Amino acid sequence: MSFVEYGEYIREGDIAIVFLGHESMFPVKAQHGTQTQTKYGVIRHSSDLIGKRFGSKVTCSKGGWVYVLHPTPELWTQNLPHRTQILYSTDISMITMMLELKPGSVVCESGTGSGSLSHAIIRTIAPTGHLYTVEFHEQRAEKAAEEFREHKVAHLATVKNQDVCKEGFGVVGVADAVFLDIPSPWEAIGHAKAAIKEEGGRMCSFSPCIEQVQRTCLAMHEFGFKEITTLEVLLRVYDVRSVSLQLPDFGEGDSAAERDPKETGSGQQATAVCKSCVTPRGMAGHTGYLTFATKSLF
Amino acid sequence: MEKISVDQRTIKEGDYVVLQRENVFKAVQVQIKRKIIFEKQWLYLDSVIGQLYGTSFEVAAGGTLQAPKQNPEKNPKGTKEAGMDNRNIVDDGRSQKLTRDDIETLKEQGLKGQEIVQQLIENSSTFRDKTEFAQEKYIKKKKKKYDNTITVLKPSARILALMYHGREPGKICYLRYDTLAQMLTLGNIHAGSKIIVFDTCAGLVLGAVMERMGGYGSVIQMYPGGEPVRAATDSFGFPEHFYKTLHEFPLCKVNSLLDGTLCLDEDQKEAVSTVDESNGTTSNAPQDSVQKTEEEVEGKGDSAQAAPEEDSMEVTSELPKDREKEERAARRENKAQEKKVKQEEKRKKHKEAAALLQERNADGLVIASRFHPTPLVLSLLKFVAPSRPFVIYCQHKEPLIECHTKLRERGGVISLRLSETWLRHYQVLPNRTHPMLLMSGGGGYILSGMTVAMDTATSSGPQQTEEPAPKRQKLQDTET
Repeated sequence: MSFVEYGEYIREGDIAIVFLGHESMFPVKAQHGTQTQTKYGVIRHSSDLIGKRFGSKVTCSKGGWVYVLHPTPELWTQNLPHRTQILYSTDISMITMMLELKPGSVVCESGTGSGSLSHAIIRTIAPTGHLYTVEFHEQRAEKAAEEFREHKVAHLATVKNQDVCKEGFGVVGVADAVFLDIPSPWEAIGHAKAAIKEEGGRMCSFSPCIEQVQRTCLAMHEFGFKEITTLEVLLRVYDVRSVSLQLPDFGEGDSAAERDPKETGSGQQATAVCKSCVTPRGMAGHTGYLTFATKSLF
Repeated sequence: MEKISVDQRTIKEGDYVVLQRENVFKAVQVQIKRKIIFEKQWLYLDSVIGQLYGTSFEVAAGGTLQAPKQNPEKNPKGTKEAGMDNRNIVDDGRSQKLTRDDIETLKEQGLKGQEIVQQLIENSSTFRDKTEFAQEKYIKKKKKKYDNTITVLKPSARILALMYHGREPGKICYLRYDTLAQMLTLGNIHAGSKIIVFDTCAGLVLGAVMERMGGYGSVIQMYPGGEPVRAATDSFGFPEHFYKTLHEFPLCKVNSLLDGTLCLDEDQKEAVSTVDESNGTTSNAPQDSVQKTEEEVEGKGDSAQAAPEEDSMEVTSELPKDREKEERAARRENKAQEKKVKQEEKRKKHKEAAALLQERNADGLVIASRFHPTPLVLSLLKFVAPSRPFVIYCQHKEPLIECHTKLRERGGVISLRLSETWLRHYQVLPNRTHPMLLMSGGGGYILSGMTVAMDTATSSGPQQTEEPAPKRQKLQDTET
């Protein structure tokens, strides 16, 4: 397996996602002789993971079971160790499509942060593209490079530890797309323009605050970027539920015979059941504004 | 490598391109001397050949596109003077000194859009009293009407999805581009995978999947009816080798493939017999039910051809007429031959696709159709390997609720999620930043999930109820 290539069976050194439930999963690295504790008991890697097919059910020592899943950038996003605030799949989807990323694309990104977007970019541009990612925080840069090696995608990414606002991306005229998720993106627009290929390309900047967006848009305009658009994507998740509603009791009478056949129970406890969608009480109302622009020929 | 990339940057004859004017797009194929209508204007694309992608052109008289100007973006002068508010601006309908006829004359004189806008500004008595913002808005509005700059773009999923959503949303089941973006990500579409796609969105989803695969791996397109629809797919202008990774399989043969009764050798016999019939010789090959349905779908042309042919056999009297008939028969023979070749190809393709499906190890399933999703998913998921994502798009939420319930009953899936995205655009201008419009409801819904190994024995693990009864939810949360 790797993050850019599906494999069928779990092998030594592979990352697998242990799935306990929708809200509860974690990544493990399969290694002979290693054990992993879950609330359902122990998973012994040699016997329970290695050689098993991805997607199979693994019974733990206490009799409970878990699924072991093939890693994907989306599962990684849900499970990665946070070193910073991260981008989630809803925004990542939009960024990937609006930046027109595909196999072979050369992309510049800053900051690397926790590598949530980086993994998604690498997945999309493999096997012939390349990601140049810049992170000014030394430890984070090192950690990201280490993760890329562990996930067998290091050949697709170069991590640089420098300040993108001052030193740029370390490459010039090679990128099809540039992505910025930094506090002052307007200071890096010039470097972004320089990094993009001569014939043009796309760029995107992610900012939580509208003031940042305004300064960025101004800078983009000054540097001659075209098609500047700012947008926001919001995810709404629905829980599919059976909802039971109690039926009012009007007392005995003729109309009692016309009752809906769906209802159950009798007398005071009569209810009607229907399938419905429930929206969770709390949902992300805002992540950030996405500003896209095109560097065009003229 | 370098040469190829340089080559791809220039527009060539036969290329599929997208024309852009403001926010309006149109996908066309570049052909010499071919008239194209775009935004109420006739144009010829002859002069764009050899230019670089992303170049802007001005529409000149006669519909030819003029080579790019270096800096088309120069602001009209004399906009320095501005009022503070609109307390003294009266709408008397006489602020514009130019009449409609005057404007038409200007147009006929072949004035550039920019110049017409300048004329309009100079002849507007209220322009100077308008606020700076109102002036900008006025210019923008007029520019939109008179500026006829057209940009030629290289097609991409982004542009085509925007175009279809703007022009013909009905053809793509009202799939909004942010929803399409979610599908590609949730489906983990990437190079080297084997993806099953079923789309009745003119092939837009198929094209988007193919773009993300970059010609690596394989795509199996399931299609209803006689032929797969690929109008939007073709607009992507994929290189030839992309199509080598694209396979097709008719939906009406899925059941026989699943229960192992699909026999492609029988298909062979059947095809020979249909060709025989069209040649006028009667074949008494046994016809089974599969063949009949096949003929109902594809064989209509054959039977129509066969009928007049029999006439030609009977007539033998007049010579010239006979020759004519002979020619016609020869032509028909050619056609029949062509058809035979085509059918042969088609069967070969089906065979390849069937072999790929039969391995039951696809890396993903993507559905976006006007059909009910439940039966589609229940059948097509059987071809997908465990631990692989699947995504189903539907314009409406209710069918996906049912689908969710049925999938839960079936088992073999986890992480089921019914979702929708909202997309909000912003106007960002100094002191005038605000949301533009809220697009909602129209973008459709997505049911996504992950396949896992099917339960063989009924185990009673603690995770079995992913859908707790509302009242007991809290209790269960603390339990697990």
